Amino acid sequence: MRYDVIIVGGGVVGCALARELSRYQLRLALLEKEVEVGFGTSKTNSGIIHSGHHAPADTLKGQLEWAGNQRWDDLARELKFGFSRIGELMLAQQSADLAYLLKLKAQGEEKGVTGLELWSPKKIQKEEPNLSHNILQALHAPTAAVVNPYEACFGFIACAQQNGVELFCGAPVLEISQAGESFSIQTPQHKFHCRIIINAAGIYADRIAALIGAADFTIHPRKGEEYLLDRRLQGIVTRLIFPVPSATSKGVLIIPTVDGPIMVGPTAEDVADREDLTTSFSGADKVFATVRQYCPAISERDTITEFAGLRAVAESNDFIISPSPVKGFFNVAGIQSPGLTAAPAIATYVTEMLRCEGLALSEKTAWKAEIDGPSRFARMSVAERKAAIRSDPAFGRIICRCESVTEAEVRYAICHGARTLDGVKFRVRAGMGRCQGGFCTTRIMDLLSQTAGTPLTEISKRGRGSEICYPRQDSLTAGEEG
Amino acid sequence: MKSPLRKKYDVVIVGGGPAGLAAALGARQAGAERILVVDREIEAGGILNQCIHSGFGLHYFKEELTGPEYAERFVRSALADSIEIITDSYVLDISTDLQLEVVSGRYGYLQFKARAVVLAMGCRERTRGAIRTPGFRPAGVMTAGLAQKMVNMKGLLPGRRVAILGSGDIGLIMARRLVLEGCEVVGVYELQPYSNGLTRNLVQCLDDFDIPLHLSTTVAFIHGRDRVERLTLAPVDMKCNPDLSRTRDVACDTLLLSIGLIPENELSTRLRLRMDPATGGPQVASNLETSLPGVFACGNVLHVHDLVDFVSEESLRAGRFAAEVARGLRRPGDNISLQAGENIASCVPQSLSPDREQVVYLRVKRPLKNCLLTIGDRYEKSFRVMIPSEMIRLTLAPEVLDRYFGDNLRIDIWPQERV
Amino acid sequence: MPEKKNLICIGCPMSCPLELVIVEGEIQVVIGNDCKRGETYARQEYRAPCRMLSTTIACTAGLWPRLPVKTAAAIPKERITAVVQALHCLEITAPVLLGQVIQENVADTGIDVIATRNMPSLQGKNNR
Repeated sequence: MRYDVIIVGGGVVGCALARELSRYQLRLALLEKEVEVGFGTSKTNSGIIHSGHHAPADTLKGQLEWAGNQRWDDLARELKFGFSRIGELMLAQQSADLAYLLKLKAQGEEKGVTGLELWSPKKIQKEEPNLSHNILQALHAPTAAVVNPYEACFGFIACAQQNGVELFCGAPVLEISQAGESFSIQTPQHKFHCRIIINAAGIYADRIAALIGAADFTIHPRKGEEYLLDRRLQGIVTRLIFPVPSATSKGVLIIPTVDGPIMVGPTAEDVADREDLTTSFSGADKVFATVRQYCPAISERDTITEFAGLRAVAESNDFIISPSPVKGFFNVAGIQSPGLTAAPAIATYVTEMLRCEGLALSEKTAWKAEIDGPSRFARMSVAERKAAIRSDPAFGRIICRCESVTEAEVRYAICHGARTLDGVKFRVRAGMGRCQGGFCTTRIMDLLSQTAGTPLTEISKRGRGSEICYPRQDSLTAGEEG
Repeated sequence: MKSPLRKKYDVVIVGGGPAGLAAALGARQAGAERILVVDREIEAGGILNQCIHSGFGLHYFKEELTGPEYAERFVRSALADSIEIITDSYVLDISTDLQLEVVSGRYGYLQFKARAVVLAMGCRERTRGAIRTPGFRPAGVMTAGLAQKMVNMKGLLPGRRVAILGSGDIGLIMARRLVLEGCEVVGVYELQPYSNGLTRNLVQCLDDFDIPLHLSTTVAFIHGRDRVERLTLAPVDMKCNPDLSRTRDVACDTLLLSIGLIPENELSTRLRLRMDPATGGPQVASNLETSLPGVFACGNVLHVHDLVDFVSEESLRAGRFAAEVARGLRRPGDNISLQAGENIASCVPQSLSPDREQVVYLRVKRPLKNCLLTIGDRYEKSFRVMIPSEMIRLTLAPEVLDRYFGDNLRIDIWPQERV
Repeated sequence: MPEKKNLICIGCPMSCPLELVIVEGEIQVVIGNDCKRGETYARQEYRAPCRMLSTTIACTAGLWPRLPVKTAAAIPKERITAVVQALHCLEITAPVLLGQVIQENVADTGIDVIATRNMPSLQGKNNR
């Protein structure tokens, strides 16, 4: 299989880049090792579109942060994912923090970030009455937003696919070789050929680069644990709440997620194992002890679920987006925070880099920016609900009661790429509410089985090895005999 | 499909499990004419349909039935009473003037006006997030009720080598079910120093099959990236904190959680009903009416029961009172506030009226032996043993209540001996 | 020489620890019970422990793929495995009526196995 460009890695960066490059007359493929896109670091991201002032203007991430921030309103509309510009407050809890807020405000204004404003304790109490009374001052940044990062991945890739990008999931890259101007990529199922490789392999980017001798960097995984809280606490803060950051992280945040529930986290812990997605007693203690300092109403007992993700940190502590020593092989690596925010700008930046490196880019005439798909039943008005049910009675069948997700939405997700329970869950929220799938799991398994033609016993949480259930012993024997 | 349903009902019941069906029968007995039960599953009967073990009905029918048999009796009575039941239908919202917004797989978008509404949505299981369980998030961790549905309804096995956290009755019953289905159950682990299940289930579900029960033990880590491979277990101290210096590992591919039930109160919350944090359900008066006039609650959505027989009895009463309201009849308003006192975790209802005999349900906070239950200073009853997993049912005569007119009435339990 | 056997009474939440003193296979005395239910239980459980058994069998063309069944009366405890094995080989086609005898004299226990629910047939429709 022959392509002009192959992107390795289907996280938010790879998916955004696939969509961006799909504007041009190129043969494109994206290879993802997991069973679906966004199942690595992106799935466990905090879902924050940073306001634009966090990273210094003289860093690459600083430049791409603000450029990326401004792109999300259009993207959310075109790619139909939830998005809300709720703004952020960074809190000064001690006098030493005050200087940092001033520095950050100046840094943001230098970059052109709009609306930055210092708030007095009185104003903070008026706007966010559930925050601690001991806050000295806060920096308000209205440009910050929240988004579901996995929804963004699915939106980017759906748009890329409709514009001709070929997606291969469950396709880990095993070998890369170069002959003349052409690369060969070996995955367990296929051999791919291409002129250009973009390495967007996240936590494994250094390993991928090493396959072709282009690894002049190392990725260090930094783990973050997040805790999602019950709807009881929904609305206790209306903006993203940040402490003043440390050297290694932005600190433990209070995140009013785009769907409403409050999430707290992440921790920041350097780990050796690139598969270490474990949560811990110490992580929970740290998260709750920290956030309770600035929002005492938050309680650990409201946790409905917790998870951990790994940030891909490079030694330089900045994004690595550059041609590698191997001609035609480009690294897009070390994309830690604000990577999600910057992703649309990274995609444009990489495209320009390819143009500079001599890739001919001529625009397609029939490129389509928007994707189709049903709106969320949960977000429809009564009139819209009636119309939706008239057009498809499956909208009248609620599958996930906690999040009001209908059979029509689940079926659509399955017809458009969802292969696993997590794939359905992260596309349409079925199983994401309070009962955590207690009621809807078997119904979603049935729909996956019927729509995708998979036996129930092969349906998995997130790919092979994570099957949900086993066949009965007697039916196993009966099956073998028959 | 064109709906054969009416636009207006005397009583609409949300949920067609044991509570909803009994409420419908109660409403019919008390003279309501147009009664509708809305259920979200493809058949009425609720969770009883997956509870295939026997042990139901000893109080209510004076015979021992399985869950599906118990459900079937109520469905049959409801149909014989011309109660309309729509399944595969879900109540999205109820307005304060009792207009219901319903979606149905068969009939599309429906709107009903009711004179009275009975909430009977049941409860759901607590999940992994509700307890601290560090580790990976692999497949193979699920609630015991979900496993029960898979095994008993779908014919699928949740795993081959199973550990169970929590000794509630569902967990114990699933231990036996899984052994009968050829799985290995490596153990049942309980955080508390006592079991939360009936002795009968401890004997007949665990002892009969040599399944060990480990008290004061919890899961301190779940291993396995894709599928559960192993659990780290830790003993806990008096405050239920794990002692991580004394852990041991057990190999298994599945962890079932049987760690408690919570009333399913999305609709109650949307209606802004006044809730009782102790039960997790709405506060109700002695006629089982919530803080919103015309809206009643019964069964597990009101407070989690352990015997379906009590659910039926309570729900029959709720249905009767709902029918009275629908017919424009009024009971005297409550004028006694009932308060959970010493050693009492919760009591329902939260207020009483001295005009008639009253039924009160309560739970104790911890196991107690040889204790005296007092209600105000007119009522005493001694109990040889009281345990949190067993709900206590009391009937109070008007004479006990009369002198508390306009006052608080406290229920206390005084142990003579600590367990 | 008297033997001892320990049981826990399942009659009520008291869960009395019962000690059975046995001489030549006969119970001489039951100790530890707070009420007479303990003694009755101990004698039954020692002489002939019996259990009600419920399980499911395969069901084709029904609303659900499994039909719940139970023994019409309690069966000897030591026959549970044999009965379950006999039942798990069975398959029935819907419709089935509640109370319908699924297997007479299951595994030679003298006890019938009956369906514990109605199972309507649902041809061509998908289960869930």
